[in-house]
Amino acid sequence: MDFDYTASEQSFREEVRSFISENLPPKKERGKNFLASWLEKVRARGWVGFAWPKEFGGSEGGLIEQTILREEMALAKAPPLGTSMMGLAWVGPGIMQYGTEEQKRKFIPDILDSKVTWCTGYSEPNHGSDLAAIQCKAELSGDHYLVNGQKIWTTGAPWSQWIILLTRTQFDVKSKHDGITCFLVPMDAPGVEVRPIQNMAGDKHFAEIFFTDVQVPVENRLGAEGEGWNVTVSALANERSSIGEVTQMFEKLANLKELVKTTSKQGQPASMDPKVRRTIARFEMKVAAMKFNGLRYLTKQIKGEPLTSETSVNKLHRASLEIEIDDFAVQLMGQAGLQLRGGESAVDGGTWSKSALNWPNVVIGGGTPNIQRNIIAERLLGQPKD
Amino acid sequence: MNFGFTQEQSLLRDQVERFIKEACPMPKVREIAASESRFDSTLWQQVADLGWLGLTIPEAHGGLGLKWIDLTVVLEAAAEGLCPLPIASQALASAAILTCGNDQQKNDWLPAMAAGKTICTIGLYDEANWIDPNAITAEAHANEAGYELKGIKPFVNDAAAADYLLLAVNAPNGLALAAVAKDSVKITHQPTMDTTKPMASVDLNGVSISAEFLLPMSEDQLAFLTDCGAVATTAEMVGAGAAILEMTSNYAKERIQFGKPIGQYQGVKHRLADMYVDLESYRSLSYYAAWSVDDDIEGLAKAVSLAKGYASDAFAQIGIDGVGLHGAIGFTAEYDAQLYLKRSKWARPMYGDSDYHMDRIATLGGL
Repeated sequence: MDFDYTASEQSFREEVRSFISENLPPKKERGKNFLASWLEKVRARGWVGFAWPKEFGGSEGGLIEQTILREEMALAKAPPLGTSMMGLAWVGPGIMQYGTEEQKRKFIPDILDSKVTWCTGYSEPNHGSDLAAIQCKAELSGDHYLVNGQKIWTTGAPWSQWIILLTRTQFDVKSKHDGITCFLVPMDAPGVEVRPIQNMAGDKHFAEIFFTDVQVPVENRLGAEGEGWNVTVSALANERSSIGEVTQMFEKLANLKELVKTTSKQGQPASMDPKVRRTIARFEMKVAAMKFNGLRYLTKQIKGEPLTSETSVNKLHRASLEIEIDDFAVQLMGQAGLQLRGGESAVDGGTWSKSALNWPNVVIGGGTPNIQRNIIAERLLGQPKD
Repeated sequence: MNFGFTQEQSLLRDQVERFIKEACPMPKVREIAASESRFDSTLWQQVADLGWLGLTIPEAHGGLGLKWIDLTVVLEAAAEGLCPLPIASQALASAAILTCGNDQQKNDWLPAMAAGKTICTIGLYDEANWIDPNAITAEAHANEAGYELKGIKPFVNDAAAADYLLLAVNAPNGLALAAVAKDSVKITHQPTMDTTKPMASVDLNGVSISAEFLLPMSEDQLAFLTDCGAVATTAEMVGAGAAILEMTSNYAKERIQFGKPIGQYQGVKHRLADMYVDLESYRSLSYYAAWSVDDDIEGLAKAVSLAKGYASDAFAQIGIDGVGLHGAIGFTAEYDAQLYLKRSKWARPMYGDSDYHMDRIATLGGL
């Protein structure tokens, strides 16, 4: 065991830090063109698609360097490295693995250059967690497919230009995992209608999407017909050891500690209340567990063992922390905790209250906690499937 | 950056697991726990011959000069089978002599301890649930022979198996460890839930020791030894927790109710998943704490509290769920699951319960 970094890893960290200090001004000093110029600069450094193969425009950054980059960016609260989160996380890798040469040429550079934002058309009104049961229909008709059906809870749909769309091309199948086909579809194609859905925090991040006789050219099919489930599974298998998330959780914990020091409870600082102290210690144990679980999984990856379902462990921690920390902060602030931005007594600009209503983004988005528990029980403990 | 075990450490783990399976399987554990001595000198000698008792003792003193992370590999693997031998007590006593002893005392004690010829244990606090120098009430007073001891040490692990007991006392110049020979004190076995972890009270009244048997101990050294105790305990909690999870998981695959294995019901499989999440989490924290003993003394207190604070309640719940998911069979004396539940009860308060460690996390974390 050894928690040190090599000289070259350390110098990479320095490089990232000095880049940040030169190129990331405080929020108030950022001009109108800041984000565009930031994206251009990080792209020029090769930090967008940092882990991707060089032949596709990536940097083939090592596992530790990836970790360092994510950690430093999270510490600095830097804007994302590239605006197409889903494009970078699974659409790009999916195209690299299953795409045709033309698809690679057409889509990969735009993801890296933040020119195109992708959303992910998986969930349907009747099929969310049970993803493989999808019903959105695609029928081959000459040189194109005709898509009819509906998607829902599609995060980013209101502002995305493209969607990676999971459809069913065959209904008479033995296993629901067969007969699924994946397509790359422009959101402005005729017959695509996006209706944003307002969430309980008041935001319109996700939407329902209606597909009515949408013509999708055959060359926009990703992978073979009926291979859609494999495309999806291997795309989602691009798991990481969640180091960036850990840094964010430590930040949130630090903010919470500041909050309890400045919040009064029954006439004295909340930080003196034994229950408050132990609650925060319990959060800290979980965040630390995420950190050291993550380092164990990272070590596994470095040794060449692929990560599989272990990442569900940290996803469950993250889910409960996302809910519990904000919930705790809000109730600690009493009636002030109810106030949103603009309220005279709102604390920290109402960020805790806002965030206390936004946890489903993280908690439901990547597979609900109960789905994560199924994954752990079935794949890691070998329990029979539901 | 490498948070994994070396090949040597993996081989050591295999060796311990094999030994436990072959030489100390559960019927043997029950036999030892039910015997009058609650100890097995043949097994002890085998363990000594394998070198496990000298892992953290420097080579100059007859040990292997390895680290606590190596020791915890042994403690974890031995605890998978609830091995009742006092390996942890011996390791803590070695740490006490290495920490508080002078060169002469190290030379006198450690080689015989590494070889298993002298068995030692340690008894720090006299209050049932208080980790603090003030929780040491036993005393040592200077007399012509050296020191006269006073008081009762109510909670000493493995006292009956040991040749010498290292017991914390208030001496004329501050805290100290008094090394007392087993035969010179009155040891009274205390019936507890966990028969694989014998506990005794030790009556020191009227006992005298010569001066070289008193090892001065600072409050920092006491804190360090307490942290070592928590590291040893959590390592055993990792092994025992993994064993009862495996036992329960296997049972859930085989036990058929309403026409299907109970592991197919989410009420069962989700509990198993939660047990796994908690076990993996305190496993990671426990390895980091063990590494910190030798490699990050500044961060040790925090690392230990994160590990033991998490493990204390998590293992207790794993013990309860392990028994509970078995249904009535898990409740029987004959079935082994209950022995692990009892171990979780034993481990929970040892070297600080979760409240103690969470309070320390809060303080160390700036609250």
